Amino acid sequence: MTTQQTPQEQPDTFVFDSASEAEIGTVLAKYPAERKASAVMPLLYIAQRQMGRETGSAWVPVAAMDDIARRLEMAAIRVYEVASFYTMFNTKPVGRYHLQVCTTTPCWLRGSDDVVTACKRATGISGFGETSADGQFTLTQVECLGACSNAPILQVDDDFYEDMDGPRTVALIEALRRGERPPAGPTINRCGSAPEGGRKTLMDAVHSIAENK
Amino acid sequence: MKASGLRGRGGAGFPTGLKWSFMPKQSDGRPHYLVINGDESEPGTCKDREVLRHEPHKLIESALIASFAMGAHAAYIYVRGEFFNEAAHLQSAVDEAYAAGLIGKNASGSGWDFDFFIHRGAGAYICGEETALLESLEGKKGQPRMKPPFPAGAGLYGCPTTVNNVESIAVTSTILRRGAAWFAGLGRPNNAGSKLMAISGHVNTPCVFEEELGVPLKEIIEKHGGGVRGGWDNLLAVIPGGCSVPVLPKSVCETVLMDYDSLRAERSGLGTGCMIVMDKSTDIIEAIARFSRFFKHESCGQCTPCREGTGWMMRMMDRMVQGRAELDEIDLLEQVTRQVEGHTICALGDAAAWPIQADPPFPAGNGRTHPPL
Repeated sequence: MTTQQTPQEQPDTFVFDSASEAEIGTVLAKYPAERKASAVMPLLYIAQRQMGRETGSAWVPVAAMDDIARRLEMAAIRVYEVASFYTMFNTKPVGRYHLQVCTTTPCWLRGSDDVVTACKRATGISGFGETSADGQFTLTQVECLGACSNAPILQVDDDFYEDMDGPRTVALIEALRRGERPPAGPTINRCGSAPEGGRKTLMDAVHSIAENK
Repeated sequence: MKASGLRGRGGAGFPTGLKWSFMPKQSDGRPHYLVINGDESEPGTCKDREVLRHEPHKLIESALIASFAMGAHAAYIYVRGEFFNEAAHLQSAVDEAYAAGLIGKNASGSGWDFDFFIHRGAGAYICGEETALLESLEGKKGQPRMKPPFPAGAGLYGCPTTVNNVESIAVTSTILRRGAAWFAGLGRPNNAGSKLMAISGHVNTPCVFEEELGVPLKEIIEKHGGGVRGGWDNLLAVIPGGCSVPVLPKSVCETVLMDYDSLRAERSGLGTGCMIVMDKSTDIIEAIARFSRFFKHESCGQCTPCREGTGWMMRMMDRMVQGRAELDEIDLLEQVTRQVEGHTICALGDAAAWPIQADPPFPAGNGRTHPPL
Protein backbone atom coordinates (compact mmCIF):
# COMPACT_ATOMS: atom_id res chain seq x y z
CA MET A 1 0.00 0.00 0.00
CA THR A 2 1.23 3.47 -0.75
CA THR A 3 0.38 6.71 0.90
CA GLN A 4 0.79 10.08 -0.69
CA GLN A 5 0.89 13.25 1.30
CA THR A 6 -0.02 16.74 0.28
CA PRO A 7 2.43 19.56 0.98
CA GLN A 8 1.60 22.46 3.26
CA GLU A 9 2.14 25.05 0.56
CA GLN A 10 -0.76 24.95 -1.85
CA PRO A 11 -2.00 27.45 -4.42
CA ASP A 12 -5.16 29.22 -3.19
CA THR A 13 -7.07 28.77 -6.40
CA PHE A 14 -7.16 26.59 -9.46
CA VAL A 15 -9.15 27.43 -12.59
CA PHE A 16 -9.46 25.06 -15.54
CA ASP A 17 -8.35 26.84 -18.72
CA SER A 18 -10.25 26.66 -22.01
CA ALA A 19 -8.21 23.72 -23.36
CA SER A 20 -8.98 21.76 -20.21
CA GLU A 21 -12.66 22.73 -20.33
CA ALA A 22 -12.91 21.30 -23.86
CA GLU A 23 -11.38 18.03 -22.68
CA ILE A 24 -13.72 17.89 -19.69
CA GLY A 25 -16.69 18.12 -22.05
CA THR A 26 -15.47 15.09 -24.02
CA VAL A 27 -14.82 13.14 -20.83
CA LEU A 28 -18.21 13.78 -19.24
CA ALA A 29 -19.97 12.55 -22.39
CA LYS A 30 -18.49 9.07 -21.84
CA TYR A 31 -20.43 8.32 -18.67
CA PRO A 32 -24.16 8.26 -17.85
CA ALA A 33 -25.25 11.70 -16.58
CA GLU A 34 -26.12 10.35 -13.12
CA ARG A 35 -22.70 8.63 -12.89
CA LYS A 36 -20.52 11.70 -13.17
CA ALA A 37 -18.20 10.45 -10.44
CA SER A 38 -16.67 8.10 -13.02
CA ALA A 39 -14.97 11.15 -14.49
CA VAL A 40 -12.91 11.83 -11.38
CA MET A 41 -9.75 10.14 -12.64
CA PRO A 42 -9.82 11.75 -16.11
CA LEU A 43 -10.42 15.16 -14.51
CA LEU A 44 -7.52 14.71 -12.12
CA TYR A 45 -5.34 13.93 -15.15
CA ILE A 46 -6.59 17.04 -16.93
CA ALA A 47 -5.77 19.20 -13.90
CA GLN A 48 -2.33 17.62 -13.61
CA ARG A 49 -1.55 18.26 -17.28
CA GLN A 50 -2.73 21.85 -17.03
CA MET A 51 -0.42 22.39 -14.05
CA GLY A 52 2.37 20.95 -16.18
CA ARG A 53 1.59 23.43 -18.97
CA GLU A 54 1.27 26.40 -16.67
CA THR A 55 4.02 25.84 -14.12
CA GLY A 56 6.27 23.17 -15.60
CA SER A 57 5.41 20.87 -12.72
CA ALA A 58 2.62 18.37 -13.38
CA TRP A 59 0.86 17.89 -10.06
CA VAL A 60 -2.65 18.23 -8.63
CA PRO A 61 -3.16 20.88 -5.94
CA VAL A 62 -5.95 20.53 -3.40
CA ALA A 63 -7.76 23.51 -4.94
CA ALA A 64 -8.12 21.51 -8.18
CA MET A 65 -9.46 18.51 -6.27
CA ASP A 66 -12.04 20.76 -4.61
CA ASP A 67 -13.14 22.14 -7.96
CA ILE A 68 -13.44 18.61 -9.36
CA ALA A 69 -15.54 17.59 -6.35
CA ARG A 70 -17.93 20.49 -7.01
CA ARG A 71 -18.23 19.69 -10.71
CA LEU A 72 -18.86 16.01 -10.16
CA GLU A 73 -21.10 16.56 -7.12
CA MET A 74 -18.88 14.42 -4.95
CA ALA A 75 -17.74 14.94 -1.39
CA ALA A 76 -14.27 16.49 -1.47
CA ILE A 77 -12.85 13.61 0.57
CA ARG A 78 -13.87 11.16 -2.18
CA VAL A 79 -11.70 13.07 -4.62
CA TYR A 80 -8.82 13.30 -2.13
CA GLU A 81 -8.86 9.57 -1.54
CA VAL A 82 -8.82 8.81 -5.25
CA ALA A 83 -5.96 11.27 -5.78
CA SER A 84 -3.92 9.71 -2.99
CA PHE A 85 -4.75 6.07 -3.82
CA TYR A 86 -3.49 6.10 -7.39
CA THR A 87 0.23 6.60 -7.73
CA MET A 88 0.12 8.43 -11.04
CA PHE A 89 -1.48 11.50 -9.52
CA ASN A 90 1.25 13.67 -8.10
CA THR A 91 -0.08 15.32 -4.99
CA LYS A 92 3.07 17.37 -4.60
CA PRO A 93 5.18 19.26 -7.15
CA VAL A 94 7.55 17.28 -9.36
CA GLY A 95 10.38 18.31 -11.66
CA ARG A 96 9.84 19.29 -15.29
CA TYR A 97 10.89 15.77 -16.27
CA HIS A 98 9.50 12.93 -14.19
CA LEU A 99 11.93 9.99 -14.39
CA GLN A 100 10.13 6.81 -13.42
CA VAL A 101 12.38 3.79 -13.32
CA CYS A 102 10.96 0.31 -13.02
CA THR A 103 12.82 -1.93 -10.56
CA THR A 104 10.50 -4.95 -10.46
CA THR A 105 12.05 -8.37 -11.15
CA PRO A 106 11.91 -8.49 -14.99
CA CYS A 107 13.59 -5.08 -15.25
CA TRP A 108 15.98 -5.90 -12.42
CA LEU A 109 17.08 -9.09 -14.20
CA ARG A 110 18.05 -7.00 -17.22
CA GLY A 111 19.94 -4.34 -15.31
CA SER A 112 17.58 -1.76 -13.84
CA ASP A 113 20.12 -1.16 -11.05
CA ASP A 114 22.43 0.37 -13.66
CA VAL A 115 19.61 2.61 -14.88
CA VAL A 116 18.92 3.79 -11.33
CA THR A 117 22.61 4.52 -10.73
CA ALA A 118 22.87 6.40 -14.03
CA CYS A 119 19.76 8.47 -13.22
CA LYS A 120 21.21 9.47 -9.89
CA ARG A 121 24.62 10.29 -11.34
CA ALA A 122 23.28 12.32 -14.25
CA THR A 123 20.81 14.33 -12.19
CA GLY A 124 22.58 14.60 -8.86
CA ILE A 125 19.57 13.11 -7.08
CA SER A 126 20.51 10.94 -4.11
CA GLY A 127 17.31 9.01 -3.46
CA PHE A 128 13.93 8.04 -4.86
CA GLY A 129 11.21 10.66 -4.57
CA GLU A 130 13.65 13.53 -4.69
CA THR A 131 13.88 16.41 -7.13
CA SER A 132 17.17 17.66 -8.52
CA ALA A 133 18.53 20.95 -7.23
CA ASP A 134 17.71 22.74 -10.50
CA GLY A 135 14.10 21.52 -10.34
CA GLN A 136 14.43 19.77 -13.72
CA PHE A 137 14.18 16.12 -12.68
CA THR A 138 12.25 14.05 -10.17
CA LEU A 139 13.28 10.41 -9.76
CA THR A 140 10.59 7.92 -8.80
CA GLN A 141 10.83 4.18 -8.31
CA VAL A 142 7.84 2.52 -9.93
CA GLU A 143 6.58 -1.03 -10.05
CA CYS A 144 6.12 -3.07 -13.23
CA LEU A 145 5.34 -0.87 -16.23
CA GLY A 146 4.04 -3.73 -18.39
CA ALA A 147 6.72 -3.69 -21.07
CA CYS A 148 8.91 -6.46 -19.66
CA SER A 149 10.12 -7.78 -23.01
CA ASN A 150 11.74 -4.37 -23.47
CA ALA A 151 13.26 -4.26 -20.00
CA PRO A 152 14.69 -2.25 -18.42
CA ILE A 153 12.31 0.65 -18.85
CA LEU A 154 12.76 4.29 -17.96
CA GLN A 155 9.50 6.21 -18.24
CA VAL A 156 9.91 9.95 -18.75
CA ASP A 157 6.55 11.65 -18.20
CA ASP A 158 4.29 9.66 -20.58
CA ASP A 159 6.98 8.05 -22.74
CA PHE A 160 8.65 4.67 -22.31
CA TYR A 161 12.36 4.51 -23.12
CA GLU A 162 13.04 0.81 -23.52
CA ASP A 163 15.98 -1.60 -23.49
CA MET A 164 17.97 0.91 -21.47
CA ASP A 165 21.39 0.61 -19.93
CA GLY A 166 23.58 2.97 -17.92
CA PRO A 167 25.27 4.93 -20.74
CA ARG A 168 22.07 5.35 -22.76
CA THR A 169 20.29 6.58 -19.63
CA VAL A 170 22.94 9.25 -19.10
CA ALA A 171 22.71 10.24 -22.78
CA LEU A 172 18.92 10.51 -22.55
CA ILE A 173 19.04 12.71 -19.46
CA GLU A 174 21.65 14.95 -21.05
CA ALA A 175 19.46 15.30 -24.15
CA LEU A 176 16.47 16.24 -21.99
CA ARG A 177 18.59 18.81 -20.22
CA ARG A 178 19.41 20.36 -23.60
CA GLY A 179 15.67 20.62 -24.29
CA GLU A 180 15.63 17.75 -26.76
CA ARG A 181 13.07 14.97 -26.67
CA PRO A 182 14.49 11.79 -28.20
CA PRO A 183 11.87 9.48 -29.76
CA ALA A 184 10.34 7.05 -27.26
CA GLY A 185 10.54 3.30 -27.66
CA PRO A 186 13.41 0.82 -27.90
CA THR A 187 16.93 2.26 -27.74
CA ILE A 188 18.47 -0.75 -29.50
CA ASN A 189 18.03 -2.26 -32.95
CA ARG A 190 14.50 -3.58 -32.70
CA CYS A 191 10.99 -2.59 -33.65
CA GLY A 192 8.58 -2.44 -30.72
CA SER A 193 8.69 -5.74 -28.92
CA ALA A 194 9.92 -7.78 -31.90
CA PRO A 195 13.23 -9.59 -31.30
CA GLU A 196 16.41 -7.57 -31.55
CA GLY A 197 17.75 -7.60 -35.08
CA GLY A 198 14.46 -8.47 -36.79
CA ARG A 199 11.79 -11.09 -36.50
CA LYS A 200 12.41 -14.82 -36.50
CA THR A 201 9.04 -16.21 -37.50
CA LEU A 202 6.57 -15.78 -40.40
CA MET A 203 9.50 -15.28 -42.76
CA ASP A 204 7.70 -16.45 -45.92
CA ALA A 205 6.78 -14.15 -48.80
CA VAL A 206 3.25 -13.39 -47.60
CA HIS A 207 4.48 -11.91 -44.38
CA SER A 208 7.68 -10.31 -45.54
CA ILE A 209 5.72 -7.37 -47.03
CA ALA A 210 5.46 -5.73 -43.65
CA GLU A 211 9.14 -6.07 -42.86
CA ASN A 212 9.66 -5.00 -39.35
CA LYS A 213 12.23 -2.30 -39.61
CA MET B 1 -17.53 -18.95 -28.66
CA LYS B 2 -18.20 -21.93 -26.41
CA ALA B 3 -17.35 -24.32 -29.22
CA SER B 4 -14.03 -22.59 -29.82
CA GLY B 5 -12.83 -23.62 -26.36
CA LEU B 6 -11.35 -20.17 -25.73
CA ARG B 7 -10.26 -19.78 -22.14
CA GLY B 8 -9.80 -16.33 -20.62
CA ARG B 9 -6.44 -14.87 -21.54
CA GLY B 10 -6.04 -12.67 -18.47
CA GLY B 11 -4.65 -15.34 -16.17
CA ALA B 12 -7.46 -17.35 -14.60
CA GLY B 13 -8.30 -19.32 -17.75
CA PHE B 14 -12.08 -19.34 -17.27
CA PRO B 15 -13.96 -20.34 -20.46
CA THR B 16 -14.92 -17.12 -22.21
CA GLY B 17 -18.07 -18.40 -23.92
CA LEU B 18 -19.39 -19.71 -20.62
CA LYS B 19 -18.70 -16.36 -18.96
CA TRP B 20 -20.70 -14.56 -21.62
CA SER B 21 -23.61 -16.95 -21.09
CA PHE B 22 -23.96 -15.77 -17.48
CA MET B 23 -25.34 -12.47 -18.75
CA PRO B 24 -29.13 -12.19 -18.50
CA LYS B 25 -30.76 -13.19 -21.78
CA GLN B 26 -33.47 -10.54 -21.42
CA SER B 27 -32.77 -7.11 -20.03
CA ASP B 28 -34.78 -6.21 -16.94
CA GLY B 29 -34.49 -2.56 -17.88
CA ARG B 30 -30.93 -2.13 -16.69
CA PRO B 31 -28.35 -1.64 -19.43
CA HIS B 32 -25.73 -4.33 -20.00
CA TYR B 33 -22.05 -3.48 -20.17
CA LEU B 34 -18.96 -5.05 -21.63
CA VAL B 35 -15.83 -4.01 -19.74
CA ILE B 36 -12.46 -4.83 -21.24
CA ASN B 37 -9.61 -5.27 -18.82
CA GLY B 38 -6.53 -3.57 -20.21
CA ASP B 39 -4.93 -2.93 -16.83
CA GLU B 40 -1.99 -5.11 -17.72
CA SER B 41 0.34 -4.86 -14.74
CA GLU B 42 1.39 -8.35 -13.75
CA PRO B 43 5.21 -8.36 -13.69
CA GLY B 44 6.46 -10.14 -16.80
CA THR B 45 3.29 -9.43 -18.75
CA CYS B 46 3.38 -7.16 -21.78
CA LYS B 47 1.10 -8.80 -24.35
CA ASP B 48 -2.06 -6.67 -24.36
CA ARG B 49 0.08 -3.63 -25.04
CA GLU B 50 0.75 -5.06 -28.52
CA VAL B 51 -2.97 -5.38 -29.25
CA LEU B 52 -3.60 -1.83 -28.06
CA ARG B 53 -0.87 -0.24 -30.11
CA HIS B 54 -0.72 -2.46 -33.19
CA GLU B 55 -4.19 -3.97 -33.65
CA PRO B 56 -6.73 -1.61 -32.09
CA HIS B 57 -9.20 -2.05 -34.97
CA LYS B 58 -9.42 -5.77 -34.31
CA LEU B 59 -10.16 -5.05 -30.66
CA ILE B 60 -12.94 -2.60 -31.51
CA GLU B 61 -14.53 -4.97 -34.03
CA SER B 62 -14.41 -7.80 -31.52
CA ALA B 63 -15.87 -5.59 -28.80
CA LEU B 64 -18.82 -4.81 -31.07
CA ILE B 65 -19.42 -8.51 -31.71
CA ALA B 66 -19.08 -9.45 -28.05
CA SER B 67 -21.35 -6.61 -26.95
CA PHE B 68 -24.02 -7.67 -29.41
CA ALA B 69 -23.78 -11.24 -28.09
CA MET B 70 -24.37 -10.13 -24.52
CA GLY B 71 -26.90 -7.40 -25.21
CA ALA B 72 -24.60 -4.50 -24.35
CA HIS B 73 -24.78 -1.14 -26.06
CA ALA B 74 -21.66 0.22 -24.43
CA ALA B 75 -18.18 -1.12 -23.84
CA TYR B 76 -15.60 0.46 -21.58
CA ILE B 77 -11.96 -0.43 -21.85
CA TYR B 78 -9.83 0.20 -18.79
CA VAL B 79 -6.30 0.83 -20.00
CA ARG B 80 -3.55 1.08 -17.42
CA GLY B 81 -2.49 4.66 -16.86
CA GLU B 82 1.13 4.20 -17.87
CA PHE B 83 -0.01 3.17 -21.37
CA PHE B 84 -0.60 6.78 -22.34
CA ASN B 85 0.61 6.41 -25.91
CA GLU B 86 -1.15 3.06 -26.34
CA ALA B 87 -4.44 4.61 -25.17
CA ALA B 88 -3.88 7.45 -27.63
CA HIS B 89 -3.40 4.94 -30.47
CA LEU B 90 -6.57 3.17 -29.48
CA GLN B 91 -8.45 6.49 -29.29
CA SER B 92 -7.49 7.36 -32.86
CA ALA B 93 -8.74 3.95 -34.00
CA VAL B 94 -12.00 4.54 -32.11
CA ASP B 95 -12.38 7.94 -33.77
CA GLU B 96 -11.81 6.34 -37.18
CA ALA B 97 -14.40 3.66 -36.45
CA TYR B 98 -16.98 6.28 -35.41
CA ALA B 99 -16.25 8.37 -38.52
CA ALA B 100 -16.72 5.31 -40.73
CA GLY B 101 -20.02 4.40 -39.06
CA LEU B 102 -18.61 1.09 -37.88
CA ILE B 103 -19.53 1.90 -34.30
CA GLY B 104 -21.96 4.42 -32.83
CA LYS B 105 -25.64 4.61 -33.75
CA ASN B 106 -26.61 1.71 -36.04
CA ALA B 107 -23.10 0.29 -35.91
CA SER B 108 -21.96 -1.06 -39.28
CA GLY B 109 -25.57 -0.82 -40.50
CA SER B 110 -26.58 -3.63 -38.16
CA GLY B 111 -29.33 -1.75 -36.37
CA TRP B 112 -27.37 -2.17 -33.13
CA ASP B 113 -26.22 0.94 -31.27
CA PHE B 114 -22.77 0.56 -29.81
CA ASP B 115 -20.43 2.95 -28.03
CA PHE B 116 -16.82 2.28 -27.16
CA PHE B 117 -15.17 4.33 -24.42
CA ILE B 118 -11.61 4.41 -23.13
CA HIS B 119 -11.01 4.90 -19.42
CA ARG B 120 -7.43 5.27 -18.23
CA GLY B 121 -6.27 3.87 -14.93
CA ALA B 122 -3.66 5.60 -12.82
CA GLY B 123 -1.04 3.17 -11.65
CA ALA B 124 -2.84 0.65 -9.46
CA TYR B 125 -2.10 -3.04 -10.16
CA ILE B 126 -5.12 -4.06 -8.12
CA CYS B 127 -7.44 -2.58 -10.74
CA GLY B 128 -6.67 -5.62 -12.88
CA GLU B 129 -8.92 -7.51 -10.46
CA GLU B 130 -12.32 -7.29 -12.10
CA THR B 131 -14.35 -5.87 -9.22
CA ALA B 132 -11.61 -3.40 -8.27
CA LEU B 133 -11.61 -2.34 -11.90
CA LEU B 134 -15.35 -1.69 -11.73
CA GLU B 135 -14.93 0.33 -8.52
CA SER B 136 -12.23 2.37 -10.21
CA LEU B 137 -14.40 2.89 -13.28
CA GLU B 138 -17.13 4.20 -10.99
CA GLY B 139 -14.72 6.82 -9.68
CA LYS B 140 -13.65 5.22 -6.42
CA LYS B 141 -10.50 3.74 -4.96
CA GLY B 142 -9.75 0.42 -6.63
CA GLN B 143 -10.66 -1.90 -3.79
CA PRO B 144 -12.16 -5.27 -4.73
CA ARG B 145 -15.78 -6.10 -3.92
CA MET B 146 -17.04 -9.21 -2.21
CA LYS B 147 -18.46 -11.80 -4.59
CA PRO B 148 -21.34 -12.65 -4.93
CA PRO B 149 -22.95 -10.72 -6.44
CA PHE B 150 -20.91 -11.48 -9.53
CA PRO B 151 -20.53 -8.80 -12.19
CA ALA B 152 -22.92 -10.63 -14.53
CA GLY B 153 -25.66 -9.92 -11.96
CA ALA B 154 -24.52 -6.58 -10.60
CA GLY B 155 -21.36 -5.11 -12.05
CA LEU B 156 -20.69 -1.64 -13.40
CA TYR B 157 -23.22 0.83 -11.89
CA GLY B 158 -25.06 -2.20 -10.48
CA CYS B 159 -25.88 -3.42 -13.99
CA PRO B 160 -25.10 -6.78 -15.62
CA THR B 161 -21.49 -6.64 -16.75
CA THR B 162 -18.93 -8.95 -18.27
CA VAL B 163 -15.26 -8.22 -17.71
CA ASN B 164 -12.86 -9.77 -20.21
CA ASN B 165 -9.15 -9.46 -20.87
CA VAL B 166 -8.07 -7.47 -23.94
CA GLU B 167 -6.71 -10.57 -25.66
CA SER B 168 -9.84 -12.66 -24.98
CA ILE B 169 -11.94 -10.00 -26.70
CA ALA B 170 -9.47 -9.26 -29.50
CA VAL B 171 -9.37 -12.87 -30.67
CA THR B 172 -13.18 -13.02 -30.99
CA SER B 173 -13.42 -11.58 -34.48
CA THR B 174 -10.83 -14.04 -35.79
CA ILE B 175 -12.63 -16.98 -34.18
CA LEU B 176 -15.93 -15.98 -35.77
CA ARG B 177 -14.33 -15.33 -39.16
CA ARG B 178 -12.39 -18.59 -39.31
CA GLY B 179 -14.80 -20.70 -37.29
CA ALA B 180 -14.80 -22.25 -33.85
CA ALA B 181 -13.50 -25.56 -35.22
CA TRP B 182 -10.40 -23.86 -36.60
CA PHE B 183 -9.57 -22.34 -33.22
CA ALA B 184 -10.39 -25.53 -31.32
CA GLY B 185 -8.11 -27.42 -33.73
CA LEU B 186 -5.09 -25.50 -32.46
CA GLY B 187 -3.43 -26.57 -29.24
CA ARG B 188 -4.60 -29.51 -27.19
CA PRO B 189 -8.04 -30.50 -25.87
CA ASN B 190 -9.20 -28.10 -23.15
CA ASN B 191 -6.22 -25.89 -24.06
CA ALA B 192 -7.36 -24.64 -27.44
CA GLY B 193 -6.10 -21.94 -29.69
CA SER B 194 -3.20 -19.61 -30.03
CA LYS B 195 -2.01 -17.22 -27.38
CA LEU B 196 0.01 -14.07 -27.15
CA MET B 197 3.06 -14.79 -25.07
CA ALA B 198 6.12 -12.88 -24.02
CA ILE B 199 9.62 -13.70 -22.86
CA SER B 200 11.56 -11.44 -20.56
CA GLY B 201 14.65 -11.85 -18.44
CA HIS B 202 17.81 -13.73 -19.27
CA VAL B 203 17.28 -14.75 -22.88
CA ASN B 204 19.16 -13.48 -25.90
CA THR B 205 16.18 -11.84 -27.61
CA PRO B 206 13.26 -11.02 -25.31
CA CYS B 207 10.11 -10.44 -27.33
CA VAL B 208 6.33 -10.74 -27.60
CA PHE B 209 4.88 -13.30 -30.02
CA GLU B 210 1.83 -15.40 -30.77
CA GLU B 211 2.17 -19.15 -30.44
CA GLU B 212 -0.07 -22.20 -30.37
CA LEU B 213 -0.82 -23.53 -26.89
CA GLY B 214 0.82 -26.82 -25.99
CA VAL B 215 4.23 -26.08 -27.51
CA PRO B 216 7.12 -27.17 -25.26
CA LEU B 217 8.43 -24.37 -23.09
CA LYS B 218 12.00 -25.19 -24.09
CA GLU B 219 11.16 -24.88 -27.79
CA ILE B 220 9.56 -21.48 -27.19
CA ILE B 221 12.64 -20.21 -25.37
CA GLU B 222 14.92 -21.43 -28.16
CA LYS B 223 12.74 -20.30 -31.08
CA HIS B 224 11.45 -16.92 -29.90
CA GLY B 225 13.78 -16.01 -27.09
CA GLY B 226 16.91 -16.92 -29.00
CA GLY B 227 17.91 -19.29 -26.22
CA VAL B 228 18.92 -18.72 -22.63
CA ARG B 229 21.78 -16.32 -22.14
CA GLY B 230 24.92 -18.46 -21.92
CA GLY B 231 23.15 -21.58 -23.24
CA TRP B 232 20.41 -23.87 -21.99
CA ASP B 233 22.61 -25.33 -19.26
CA ASN B 234 22.90 -21.86 -17.75
CA LEU B 235 19.16 -21.86 -17.02
CA LEU B 236 18.16 -21.63 -13.36
CA ALA B 237 14.39 -21.33 -13.43
CA VAL B 238 11.41 -19.95 -15.33
CA ILE B 239 8.31 -18.22 -14.01
CA PRO B 240 5.88 -19.21 -16.77
CA GLY B 241 2.99 -16.78 -16.49
CA GLY B 242 3.55 -13.58 -14.61
CA CYS B 243 4.78 -13.32 -11.05
CA SER B 244 1.65 -14.79 -9.45
CA VAL B 245 2.43 -18.32 -10.60
CA PRO B 246 5.04 -20.52 -8.90
CA VAL B 247 8.53 -20.77 -10.34
CA LEU B 248 9.56 -23.84 -12.40
CA PRO B 249 13.03 -25.32 -11.88
CA LYS B 250 15.14 -26.24 -14.91
CA SER B 251 14.32 -29.94 -14.63
CA VAL B 252 10.65 -29.20 -15.25
CA CYS B 253 11.41 -26.67 -17.99
CA GLU B 254 13.05 -29.43 -20.03
CA THR B 255 9.77 -31.13 -20.80
CA VAL B 256 6.76 -29.07 -19.76
CA LEU B 257 4.29 -27.88 -22.39
CA MET B 258 3.12 -24.29 -22.41
CA ASP B 259 -0.60 -24.54 -21.71
CA TYR B 260 -3.07 -24.38 -18.83
CA ASP B 261 -3.29 -28.03 -17.85
CA SER B 262 0.37 -29.03 -18.36
CA LEU B 263 1.58 -26.21 -16.13
CA ARG B 264 -1.18 -26.89 -13.62
CA ALA B 265 0.07 -30.48 -13.40
CA GLU B 266 3.49 -29.09 -12.44
CA ARG B 267 1.85 -27.03 -9.66
CA SER B 268 2.38 -23.83 -11.55
CA GLY B 269 0.11 -22.15 -14.06
CA LEU B 270 -0.08 -20.56 -17.49
CA GLY B 271 -1.26 -17.31 -15.93
CA THR B 272 -0.86 -14.61 -18.55
CA GLY B 273 1.46 -16.75 -20.66
CA CYS B 274 4.31 -14.29 -20.26
CA MET B 275 7.42 -15.98 -18.92
CA ILE B 276 10.33 -14.63 -16.93
CA VAL B 277 13.57 -16.53 -17.53
CA MET B 278 16.36 -16.53 -14.95
CA ASP B 279 19.86 -17.83 -15.53
CA LYS B 280 22.31 -19.12 -12.97
CA SER B 281 23.66 -15.68 -12.16
CA THR B 282 20.31 -14.82 -10.55
CA ASP B 283 19.94 -14.46 -6.81
CA ILE B 284 16.54 -16.14 -6.66
CA ILE B 285 15.90 -14.81 -3.15
CA GLU B 286 16.29 -11.25 -4.38
CA ALA B 287 14.13 -11.99 -7.43
CA ILE B 288 11.33 -13.13 -5.12
CA ALA B 289 12.01 -10.28 -2.69
CA ARG B 290 11.36 -7.81 -5.50
CA PHE B 291 8.00 -9.46 -6.10
CA SER B 292 7.29 -9.12 -2.39
CA ARG B 293 8.02 -5.42 -2.61
CA PHE B 294 5.77 -5.19 -5.64
CA PHE B 295 2.86 -6.78 -3.77
CA LYS B 296 3.46 -4.65 -0.70
CA HIS B 297 3.34 -1.57 -2.92
CA GLU B 298 0.23 -2.72 -4.76
CA SER B 299 -1.88 -4.04 -1.88
CA CYS B 300 -5.00 -1.88 -1.80
CA GLY B 301 -5.10 -1.85 2.01
CA GLN B 302 -8.64 -3.14 2.35
CA CYS B 303 -8.04 -6.52 4.05
CA THR B 304 -5.80 -6.56 7.11
CA PRO B 305 -3.98 -9.87 6.37
CA CYS B 306 -2.83 -8.56 2.99
CA ARG B 307 -2.16 -4.94 4.00
CA GLU B 308 -0.01 -5.98 6.96
CA GLY B 309 1.16 -9.34 5.66
CA THR B 310 2.65 -8.02 2.42
CA GLY B 311 4.74 -5.59 4.47
CA TRP B 312 5.89 -8.42 6.73
CA MET B 313 6.79 -10.58 3.76
CA MET B 314 8.71 -7.78 2.09
CA ARG B 315 10.72 -6.92 5.20
CA MET B 316 11.53 -10.55 5.97
CA MET B 317 12.54 -11.25 2.38
CA ASP B 318 14.75 -8.16 2.46
CA ARG B 319 16.46 -9.47 5.59
CA MET B 320 17.18 -12.71 3.76
CA VAL B 321 18.59 -10.85 0.77
CA GLN B 322 20.88 -8.91 3.07
CA GLY B 323 21.87 -12.03 5.00
CA ARG B 324 20.54 -10.65 8.27
CA ALA B 325 17.88 -13.30 8.81
CA GLU B 326 18.03 -16.04 11.40
CA LEU B 327 17.41 -19.59 10.24
CA ASP B 328 14.09 -19.90 12.09
CA GLU B 329 12.74 -16.89 10.21
CA ILE B 330 12.24 -19.20 7.25
CA ASP B 331 9.52 -21.00 9.19
CA LEU B 332 8.13 -17.73 10.50
CA LEU B 333 7.93 -16.32 6.99
CA GLU B 334 6.13 -19.41 5.82
CA GLN B 335 3.61 -19.01 8.64
CA VAL B 336 3.02 -15.44 7.58
CA THR B 337 2.30 -16.51 4.01
CA ARG B 338 -0.19 -19.11 5.26
CA GLN B 339 -1.99 -16.47 7.28
CA VAL B 340 -2.36 -14.22 4.26
CA GLU B 341 -3.24 -16.91 1.74
CA GLY B 342 -6.98 -17.50 1.47
CA HIS B 343 -7.88 -14.81 3.99
CA THR B 344 -8.48 -11.89 1.68
CA ILE B 345 -11.31 -10.69 -0.53
CA CYS B 346 -9.34 -10.92 -3.76
CA ALA B 347 -6.47 -13.09 -4.95
CA LEU B 348 -3.72 -10.50 -4.45
CA GLY B 349 -2.99 -11.88 -1.01
CA ASP B 350 -2.63 -15.39 -2.48
CA ALA B 351 -0.49 -14.06 -5.30
CA ALA B 352 1.82 -12.39 -2.79
CA ALA B 353 2.14 -15.59 -0.75
CA TRP B 354 2.71 -18.09 -3.55
CA PRO B 355 6.05 -16.92 -5.00
CA ILE B 356 7.54 -17.11 -1.49
CA GLN B 357 6.08 -20.55 -0.80
CA ALA B 358 7.50 -21.82 -4.08
CA ASP B 359 10.88 -20.42 -3.16
CA PRO B 360 13.69 -22.95 -2.54
CA PRO B 361 13.71 -22.57 1.27
CA PHE B 362 10.23 -24.09 1.28
CA PRO B 363 10.50 -27.52 -0.30
CA ALA B 364 7.24 -28.72 1.23
CA GLY B 365 4.18 -27.40 2.97
CA ASN B 366 0.41 -27.64 3.13
CA GLY B 367 0.33 -30.85 1.15
CA ARG B 368 2.18 -29.18 -1.70
CA THR B 369 5.66 -30.07 -2.68
CA HIS B 370 8.02 -28.27 -4.90
CA PRO B 371 11.07 -29.74 -6.55
CA PRO B 372 14.32 -28.14 -5.42
CA LEU B 373 16.02 -25.84 -7.88
